[in-house]
Amino acid sequence: MSFFAPALAQATTIAETSELLYMGSALLFILGIKRLSKVKTARSGNWLASLGMLVALATTLTIVWGEVGIAILLAGLVVGTAVGLYLAVRVPLTAMPELVAFFNGMGGAASMFVALSQISYFGSELEDGTATMAEGIPTDALMGGSHFAIAIVVSILIGGITLSGSLVAYGKLTGKVKGSRLGPIGGQVVNAFLALFALFLCWYGGFVAETPGMILAVQLTLTLVALVLGLGLVLPIGGADMPVVISLLNSYSGLAACATGFVLQNNLLIVAGSLVGAAGLILTNIMCKAMNRSLVNVIFAKFGEEAEKGDDGYTGVKQTSAEEVAMLLESARSLIVVPGYGLAVAQAQHKVRELCNLMQERGCEVRYGIHPVAGRMPGHMNVLLAEADVPYEQLFELDRINGDFKNTDVVIVVGANDVCNPVANTDPQSPIAGMPVLNVWDAQTCVVIKRSLSPGYAGIKNPLFEADNTLMFFGDAKKALEDLVTETKEL
Amino acid sequence: MTLALLSMDGTGVPFIVIGLWILFLAIFTGFELITKVPPTLHTPLMSGANAISGITIVGAVACVGVGFPVLGKIFGFIAIVMATVNVVGGFVVTDRMLGMFGKRGSK
Repeated sequence: MSFFAPALAQATTIAETSELLYMGSALLFILGIKRLSKVKTARSGNWLASLGMLVALATTLTIVWGEVGIAILLAGLVVGTAVGLYLAVRVPLTAMPELVAFFNGMGGAASMFVALSQISYFGSELEDGTATMAEGIPTDALMGGSHFAIAIVVSILIGGITLSGSLVAYGKLTGKVKGSRLGPIGGQVVNAFLALFALFLCWYGGFVAETPGMILAVQLTLTLVALVLGLGLVLPIGGADMPVVISLLNSYSGLAACATGFVLQNNLLIVAGSLVGAAGLILTNIMCKAMNRSLVNVIFAKFGEEAEKGDDGYTGVKQTSAEEVAMLLESARSLIVVPGYGLAVAQAQHKVRELCNLMQERGCEVRYGIHPVAGRMPGHMNVLLAEADVPYEQLFELDRINGDFKNTDVVIVVGANDVCNPVANTDPQSPIAGMPVLNVWDAQTCVVIKRSLSPGYAGIKNPLFEADNTLMFFGDAKKALEDLVTETKEL
Repeated sequence: MTLALLSMDGTGVPFIVIGLWILFLAIFTGFELITKVPPTLHTPLMSGANAISGITIVGAVACVGVGFPVLGKIFGFIAIVMATVNVVGGFVVTDRMLGMFGKRGSK
């Protein structure tokens, strides 16, 4: 805690007490994450983690009180709390992926700004002549060790990439950012060049630049390069891969906090940051496995961003109506609903639940088949269906339900495409070859609710739509399900 | 000279060594904690972990220190706002999501 040392010079007991309190909050974080990984304890886990954060913040405020500008500090806390609360309470659950991406970007950016602030602090100390060495010295010697220099540049680099990468992910999820390029930004060669340049700046800013002005200038350039690199890395990645990207960026924001911990010599930041980094990596790995692709493949393969190929090339598509589907459902003894991103876009989760309730009242067995990467965020569908009060016991993972499709009367696919594309199993040349998919075509009849025949994010044709036992029900998912509920009630 | 600079408080063990110890143990703990997560919890877990990464708020509040230059304070203020958005928003939205799962249990 050398950074806070001036405040603590005469008060070792305060230093020791605060270290113990920090340890307490680290323990609360560990317990919190542990409990977050089980359904029954998850909510209490979140509470424990936020209690840990409160302890950490209160402890820090006690230490720095009197040493910092209170007005500016409180203003920052109030503004941040207001914005955070507003977004967290007001944003609809369907927009969760982009909200998480946004918060994530904020965390990474905060680490970056802390590092920049530290740089300017040490620079000014030297300018005022208060530092022991009056001659120009590089960051590593200035801050007391090469690890400080490394920690500073790593905070800036990872923090910057996390910020701009998360904002691009936010833009892609909200549909505001399209395409994989922004001028030259987004090309692999440009990315490689930017990465090399960033590494050079890390070295130059950390170990070579000597005057405070020069150090600051190099670090600000590094900030800029990191931001552009973040753009370039995430822009080429297709929307379907966003669950992976968000988990990975989540991991980065943890690593950035961890690096900041080394800058400030704060154990708590190191513990919390690396916990989040590890957790994010595990989730990323789970997502990649679900798509049967490697992380390298997700990041570097330009996967289906040019999706607008239109709906040509389909023959023998059978179109259906609400009335026909309702009649079909009347005699169905078993029903599996396969939700996808279209369900989230149309906010149709409550209508699905309504239809399923009707079916259950008639004695039909209702289940949901959830693909691990359906939607735009890990576990996206589970959150949506939970909002609509769908019982947890009705949700089935891919492995557990795939064998049951052949004994099922009706499957309703709502706004999903790539996750139930048979090509993944049949065509080794396909971009989604080998990805585990839901075998919905095994059911007696498969109804696909979709706005058009346009391809999903993978940008490929789905032969499911022209299969003999597939009926296409064109329309907005919510409207279509509404009609379906009405028709079913009338029968 | 270099060694003296590396030591933090006269105990002779540089912070970087202690820091790396903590780093490796914490990463290992992180991996062990969540090897198995049901898909239902992927989003809340990610969102909750994301809120924890806002711990950088602890560093941010020290960046508006009296001795900091104006530029440093500006960066510090931005860092405080962003970290607070991350922390408050992250925990509240996670609780909101988990509340959805909770509703079912009470029925």
